[in-house]
Amino acid sequence: MNIEQNMSVTGRAADSLNPQQKMATGLGMTGLLILAISIFNVELQPKTLWLTLSLVFLAVGIIWYAKASYADTSPGIKNDGVFFKSISSRGLWAYVTGVGLTGFYIILYFYPEYLGLVKEGDNTGIIALFDPLSKSLSGNPASQWFVYGTLYTLIIFAFGIKFIWKYRHNKYQLVRTISVMFFQTSFAFLIPEFMARLNGDKLNLPYYDLKNIWPLNYYNFDQYRVDDLVSSGDIGVGILIFGVISIFIITPILTYFYGKRWYCSWVCGCGGLAETSGDSFRHLSDKSLSAWRLERWLIHSVLVFVTVMTTAVVYSYLKTDQYWLGGDTFLWSVGILLTLIFGWVMIFKKDQFKKDALIGGGAYLLVILTLLGLHAFQDTKLFLFDTYEMRSTYGFLIGSIFSGVVGTGFYPIFGNRVWCRFGCPMAAILGFQQRLFSKFRITTNGGQCISCGNCSTYCEMGIDVRAYAQKGENIVRSSCVGCGICSAVCPRGVLKLENDTPNGRINSNEILLGNDLDLMDYVNAKK
Amino acid sequence: MEHSFHYKNFFLEQEHIVIIGNGIAGITLARHIRKNSDKKITIISAESDHFFSRTALMYVYMGHMQWKHLKPYEDWFWKKNRLNLKKGYVTKVDSENKKLIFDDESDFSYDKLIIACGSKPNKFGWPGQDLKGVTGMYSKQDLEKIEEFAPNNKICKRGVIVGGGLIGIELAEMLRSRDIPVTMLVREASFWNGVLPDGESKMINEHIEEHHIDLRLSTNLESINKDENGRVKSVTLAETGEEIACDFVGLTAGVSPNIDFLKNSAIDLGKGVKVNKYLETNIKDIYAIGDCAEQQEPVGNRPPVEAVWYTGRMMGEVLAQTICGRRIAYNPGHWFNSAKFLDIEYQTYGWVFSKRRSPDYEAHFHWRHPEQKLCVTLSYHEETRQFLGINTFGIRMRHEVFDQWLTEQQDVDYVIKHLKKANFDPEFFQLHEKAIQQHYNESQKSISI
Repeated sequence: MNIEQNMSVTGRAADSLNPQQKMATGLGMTGLLILAISIFNVELQPKTLWLTLSLVFLAVGIIWYAKASYADTSPGIKNDGVFFKSISSRGLWAYVTGVGLTGFYIILYFYPEYLGLVKEGDNTGIIALFDPLSKSLSGNPASQWFVYGTLYTLIIFAFGIKFIWKYRHNKYQLVRTISVMFFQTSFAFLIPEFMARLNGDKLNLPYYDLKNIWPLNYYNFDQYRVDDLVSSGDIGVGILIFGVISIFIITPILTYFYGKRWYCSWVCGCGGLAETSGDSFRHLSDKSLSAWRLERWLIHSVLVFVTVMTTAVVYSYLKTDQYWLGGDTFLWSVGILLTLIFGWVMIFKKDQFKKDALIGGGAYLLVILTLLGLHAFQDTKLFLFDTYEMRSTYGFLIGSIFSGVVGTGFYPIFGNRVWCRFGCPMAAILGFQQRLFSKFRITTNGGQCISCGNCSTYCEMGIDVRAYAQKGENIVRSSCVGCGICSAVCPRGVLKLENDTPNGRINSNEILLGNDLDLMDYVNAKK
Repeated sequence: MEHSFHYKNFFLEQEHIVIIGNGIAGITLARHIRKNSDKKITIISAESDHFFSRTALMYVYMGHMQWKHLKPYEDWFWKKNRLNLKKGYVTKVDSENKKLIFDDESDFSYDKLIIACGSKPNKFGWPGQDLKGVTGMYSKQDLEKIEEFAPNNKICKRGVIVGGGLIGIELAEMLRSRDIPVTMLVREASFWNGVLPDGESKMINEHIEEHHIDLRLSTNLESINKDENGRVKSVTLAETGEEIACDFVGLTAGVSPNIDFLKNSAIDLGKGVKVNKYLETNIKDIYAIGDCAEQQEPVGNRPPVEAVWYTGRMMGEVLAQTICGRRIAYNPGHWFNSAKFLDIEYQTYGWVFSKRRSPDYEAHFHWRHPEQKLCVTLSYHEETRQFLGINTFGIRMRHEVFDQWLTEQQDVDYVIKHLKKANFDPEFFQLHEKAIQQHYNESQKSISI
């Protein structure tokens, strides 16, 4: 018997469901079954009844399961057996779920006709089942995205309740979870449907989740959307301007005051799903140094990709000179903005970067500026590639495969924040701001850390929180989404999410509080 | 074993520092020596290949973490920092020839030796204390035994825990996480009341019972009884003679220095390895730090043997300076500690003594939440009103702030008034300072009348 190999995977410990959990699972599965049957065009009439039944069964099943798991326990951390359960420790159930989810995403993105999407004529299958709900909200028949959006919202709602039950002793978690549930239900789900209902002669608003900011929403400035908005008069132009100031003004200000958590773990839909339904998988993130290195290269490369792609797309219609902004002016602005940001970093923040980051950033900038210059003076194709091709490659690789299929489908294998950590360009921008100019940090409490590792284990972003805490050093990391779970699971009250003055935010010490004061002064001053 | 090449070693034979024990004391020492020098460093352990957080052993059994999560440094860390790891059990220290002898008879030379071998669980000569099914809860091997003896509630129908300290309650929590019924035998009339003031101890008693643990106070173990296979089948209680059937017995009546292997050496031993304030033993070039060290001149109210994570770390930090040529004494700052009793977090800063141990001048102010399991106790000097320390349960407080107040020798009224400044609970948590202040003001009034 060796705990290093054995303990966590054999499932020797109690891994059984109590009778109520079994019944709740059965109920939820019945809800899923109804949905599955509808895919095969089994006539379910009346649709409204069957749809209601399936959604209610699903939600009640999840909430009931949560009640059966947590209601009779005393408030506190509920991680018993996490590494013994098949579903949460990469066991058989984890792989079954992963394959199922991945399959669902592939059909959703690439083969919606199997879900019953009919381009001309009435929908069939599961999409038809959702028609009554869609019509009651927006007046239009459902699409695969409506089905997905409804289920997505329902899942965040039901698992949100589970999460609140689990962390009921922790008010930060309570407030934060209510926030993601609210933003999903209103901004992501209901408001766009109502906006669609308002459309008519005067209004022609595109589907727009107002909190879904570029570059996460990589298609936000596509020509058809801009045209729709501009043609919708003041409201449309207002929304267009809101989209621009969201990323360039609102985002830096909020991140300065609260860190990127205001978005990633309080507002964002991807974050909402990860924090609620993905909570059972947060400990699966890779904490190794090599994973961190991969993360930095990958996420910033996606950011460069989306910037180049969007620039090309926007330029492709601005160059027609039918718009208020000319194509060349736009390109110059992009070049100047990128140069200014890089210059600012080199002048004021250079010492906060590792060498590879400066080289990587500099190289990327050089390539972009060279291509812009080549286009301006040699008249080559902007960024060498065909704009349309670049746009569709991004949509396929990043928008669909990375954020959807891998990001969510692989929850039970790589953890719940794969997309947010390795891929999301919005997270890259927010992280850049959080690392360099924000009041947010996770404070460590003097010398109280016992290096137990709960914080690192349960960090969904794969941050080795302990590495900082055991040095008495505040945690200031680009990737931290401020979910607050490290603080919650800490058994010794060491970690606290705080917004305070930016000075002294990064404070590594060799000797921790509690030891000889003279020794601390001597050693900590020497470094 | 790997000796990685380093250019300085090539030209100059570096002093060889050998550390027995890869716990927090030994590893902190090694890291700090490496930061300040190029000395050759070897760390010896018989327990595990790599440093792990002992305080987190319980979480592996409970399924919160896997073994790999207990390791604060990735496995490449040691080679990169030229910290040689040697697995082996030292049976003898030959200080005359500066050699260690291992259980396989091999030997190993050192220039400077640091003993950081930690503790072992106390056994008080109970009949049956070495039976199959009995173990302490200290080492990785203990954890493996617990996994073997008490894997689930079918094989282990009841566990009995002997001793009601910090490890005892952890072990109870572990067994309960697998739905194993637990009986806890506590010698004292209330949980850990040799350390905790009465109000706090009482609250923990209640919390233990909330977790369906059969808590037997003022109860001593008479014997552990075996079945026909030589395995544990029951325990007998001293006071009543009652026999409790069980499949597992955990001995958690404290720990003591793990120094049996030094008995035939020239090193001066008491309860632990005797050291002066420079952490030096009676033999030149041999030092001791962490749980196994016994201070001949303890600092302040501190006991001679401090078996606490933090003090192990601090001794490591200090001794590294001495080894690297700047000899300084172990002179830690204000006392602090922490623990978790099931769902209740505990922190302490300064000294708050239990009734049994408190000096005459020590007065207490105690507040407890009317419904939730939260309480604080402040201790102060009855005459000068100087603030002496705080125990806090269920409310997180800032180490830095209390450390500063203790240094400034603030009085208790000041501390109560500014308590909010010390709050370290997460955002949006309900604040209790007002209720505490109100209760304090009322209690002061009633005293002055």
